[in-house]
Formats: sequence, structure tokens, C-alpha cells
Amino acid sequence: MAALTKSEMAERLFEELGLNKREAKEIVELFFEEIRSCLENNEQVKLSGFGNFDLRDKSQRPGRNPKTGEEIPISARRVVTFRPGQKLKARVEEYAGTEQQQ
Amino acid sequence: MTKSELIESIAAKQAQLSAKDVELAVKTILEHMSQSLADGERIEIRGFGSFSLHYREPRRGRNPKTGDAVELTGKYVPHFKPGKELRERVNQGLQMGL
Repeated sequence: MAALTKSEMAERLFEELGLNKREAKEIVELFFEEIRSCLENNEQVKLSGFGNFDLRDKSQRPGRNPKTGEEIPISARRVVTFRPGQKLKARVEEYAGTEQQQ
Repeated sequence: MTKSELIESIAAKQAQLSAKDVELAVKTILEHMSQSLADGERIEIRGFGSFSLHYREPRRGRNPKTGDAVELTGKYVPHFKPGKELRERVNQGLQMGL
């Protein structure tokens, strides 16, 4: 299945807003980089209409090497979770595509 | 950080475009992403992550007010899987005590 990528996003900015290709590419890069650096600094990102990127701190927990069965602790870590907003959820819910989604 | 703060910080980091243009660009990107998902198309951004749809089976739910059983149809929900760079940087933030 086709997937949306940064180059298509930049292409859209070029077509719809008339940004030149270099500007369009730079804005798309900055968009994702700003979100990443915000999350890196433990700050939540809230994009109304789309969704929120939240952070969760997980404490250490016991795990296993699936190959050897050996017990190894899974270290404490911070993870990003995405909570889609109402508007995005409603738009996606209507999707009744025939393509198999995983 | 909110959408308007994101727009401001992007505008501050580049020289060519006005804040208004950056605002339009950010809104266009988000609309493009939403529309792709609404069309059942995945989004793949290397180093950031991927968005896809997960299917939820039909189930019998309840009206929380009346307690009546209601049939809920199957539906799709958006799902985000963080990419390697994002996972590592966020976790590094924790190690550095942020």
C-alpha cells in the first residue's frame, strides 16, 4: 500500500501554497524536528484537530530474552504515545476501505 | 506545545517565510496527514514514526446512562508507532534527567 512521505508533503506545499521546493522541504523537516525536540525535552505536543503526543515514564520491569529464555530486566524508559483527537478519530472511523489493514 | 507555539518556533528557525505562511504550511501538512489516514493510507516519516489504521472488531457495548445494550460496528482507529530516532531521543531525555 502507498504511504504518505515527507516528499509528498513538500510537493503539496509547493502546489497549494506556492512555496519553492527548497522552502517546502525545509518546512516539512522543521515541522517534524520541532515536535521531536519538544518531546525530547519531556514536553507534550498538542495539535488540535489532529491529536496529542504524550510522554509516559515506565519503571524497570522483568523481561526475558525470547531466544534463550534468560531473565533480563527491561530498563526504566520514557516512551511517546499518540492520542488521536476527536476530529481525526471521526474522519478515520468512516473509512470503510477494502484494503486489508494490519 | 500547542499548534500555535509550533508555528511560532518553526517561523523563528527559518528566514524566508512569514509567520502567516508558516501557519498555512503547518495547517496544510496536518490536513494532508489527516486526509491520508481518512483515505486509509499510512504515513511513514523516517526518524519520526509511522501512522497507520488499526481495526476494532464490532462489539456489544452499553449506553452508560441507561445500561441498555447497543451494537457497535467495527471501526478503524489511528495508530502511531514512534521511529528509532524519536524513541532514542525521548529516552535520552529521561537519562539526562529532563
